Amino acid sequence: MRPEPHLIDYTIILLYFVFVLGIGFVLKKYMKTSTDFFLSGRSIPAWIAGLAFLSANLGAQEVIGMGASGAKYGISTSHFYWIGAVPAMLFVGIFMMPFYYGSRARSVPEYLKLRFDEKTRGFNAISFAVMTVFSSGVSMYAMGKLLQLLLGWNFTAAILISALIVLAYTFLGGLTSAIYNEVLQFFLIVMGFIPLVYLGLRDVGGWEGLKVRIANDAMVHSWKYMGHASENPMGVEWFGMLMGLAFVLSFGYWCTDFLVVQRAMAADSMTAARRTPVIAAFPKMGFPFLVILPGMIAGVVTSSQMRDARTQENIVARTTTQSSFFTGGKGIIPPKYDAAGKPVLVNGKTVLDYDLATPMMLVRYFPSGLLGLGLCALIASFMSGMAGNTTAFNTVWTYDIYQSYINKTASDQHYLWMGRASTIFGLAISLMAAFVAKEFNNILDVLQLVFAFVNAPLFATFMLGMFWKRTTGHGAFWGLLGGTVAAAAHYGLTLPAGAVPGVKGGYLGPILHVYPSEMAQNFWTAIFAWVGCFTLTVVISLMTAPRPEQELKGLVYSLTAKPEEGGLKWYQKPATLALIVVALLVGLNLVFW
Amino acid sequence: MGFDIRLPIGMLFSLFGILLIGYGSATQGSVMYAEHSLGVNMNLWWGVVLLVFGLVMLALTRLRRKV
Repeated sequence: MRPEPHLIDYTIILLYFVFVLGIGFVLKKYMKTSTDFFLSGRSIPAWIAGLAFLSANLGAQEVIGMGASGAKYGISTSHFYWIGAVPAMLFVGIFMMPFYYGSRARSVPEYLKLRFDEKTRGFNAISFAVMTVFSSGVSMYAMGKLLQLLLGWNFTAAILISALIVLAYTFLGGLTSAIYNEVLQFFLIVMGFIPLVYLGLRDVGGWEGLKVRIANDAMVHSWKYMGHASENPMGVEWFGMLMGLAFVLSFGYWCTDFLVVQRAMAADSMTAARRTPVIAAFPKMGFPFLVILPGMIAGVVTSSQMRDARTQENIVARTTTQSSFFTGGKGIIPPKYDAAGKPVLVNGKTVLDYDLATPMMLVRYFPSGLLGLGLCALIASFMSGMAGNTTAFNTVWTYDIYQSYINKTASDQHYLWMGRASTIFGLAISLMAAFVAKEFNNILDVLQLVFAFVNAPLFATFMLGMFWKRTTGHGAFWGLLGGTVAAAAHYGLTLPAGAVPGVKGGYLGPILHVYPSEMAQNFWTAIFAWVGCFTLTVVISLMTAPRPEQELKGLVYSLTAKPEEGGLKWYQKPATLALIVVALLVGLNLVFW
Repeated sequence: MGFDIRLPIGMLFSLFGILLIGYGSATQGSVMYAEHSLGVNMNLWWGVVLLVFGLVMLALTRLRRKV
């Protein structure tokens, strides 16, 4: 079944493109120095930075992937939001922003240079730059494939057009343009998905009706079945969930990834920078309802219900053409097809294409008109993710690689020019990666695996660096490397149940442990990486000479003055806002226990 | 920054609202509402919501300019 978008749908999408580009053009005249381009001149109000902070992360993986997880695992997917994001967002705002913002570092790698040394910065900057460019490519590939499958659009044209639009507005208006568009995209995603959830829930009879239809208690509770891995569909027990996802992976991402931290660094004051992630936490808590529920609903509704006798004939005609598409599917989630157009079978069972759960919901419930808005929301989410990667890449490239190792003494205008140039070649490499992904899917699986190993130990380094003044540069660098090796080793010696050695793990030969699911293996790989990095950093730091304390002022907790909060109203204080978030968070977890 | 993001957001959502209200009114009773949106003319209703949201954003922009 292919929906046929009408003129009205294309008009809506086109109008969105015009506005996105228009914002870039208007902002061009404000881009005078490299600080304007890379850090928005540190002039963004907290609420804008906060929504951008959230939106930059709302890429393809988020909207599509969380819908897919909703269909597979049910409401326990909310762990990725409630404990797997919000606590870390509060932590980076309240405890870490004083050092990121207060040190006047222009990027996360630059903070590492100030706190530790050149080699730690170099390691982080280069791995981050490579990672962002490739993840941007992966997300382009996902979008091209989706639009091709769903609407029959041309893969190449779809990704070229969206990449060119992102290129145009980040090239013209730099980070400000990316941030402004992220705010626009945030509202589009919210306004595009609310009617979807409304119609879907109304169709199944609300949350209670959805529970009855799903008929699997483990999919409608988030904690009740977390006692043992075999009891819940994720195959993860509470300890792996709390330590692996909620602590190591979540803090590693939200507290150290420049893609999000850059949005807070652009804020107009220290309190605004600290409020940025806290403000983002409010909508973040509500997002499970927007992105997970559609996936859950997709698994239990039928493709076409005859509600109106007048349209019966028409619907029958449509249903007969649809039925071939749905053979072997679940709800409106179609099976996966191979290149020959046959459903993919594993052990005689059809494999479902869960990534289509949310897109199929749009097609199912949105009439022409609203469909344009829904597609717009989808495209907006891809673009905001792409722009987030692009702006993070051009900053790290220009400040931490080009200015640090290639050309140290150029004028500010030259670095501004380099920022624009790197926007172009960064996106060009991403485009190439997207085409490589189309041809050789496995290469990107391997790359993403390597990135996961590099990322997993990061939070141990930052935590020790910010809160233990004895941590040294040698300790940090070798700890990071050691943590990465620990991740690769753990992954290479374990396997998820039912997998063969290779990209799923076990490549080192002996299999020491079999995990109940891939997710459990990933969480435990992260835990091993973190512990490895933490231990090694502490041991090596104690064996090497500490830096003099006066050099660490503003970089380490015990040597930095606490941020002034006098004169702020209660709702302007980051800590007060954070407490409200915590109360809401506890409430949500109890309601969906 | 002299450029208020609420201005383009307000303009875009107001335009979306007007488009959907217009399209919704023109397609009142169409088969597609029975087929997709449970018989509700969602274009019309959601168009109203989008228009209100857009106008609120525009009002906030004007309010700030006066201050």
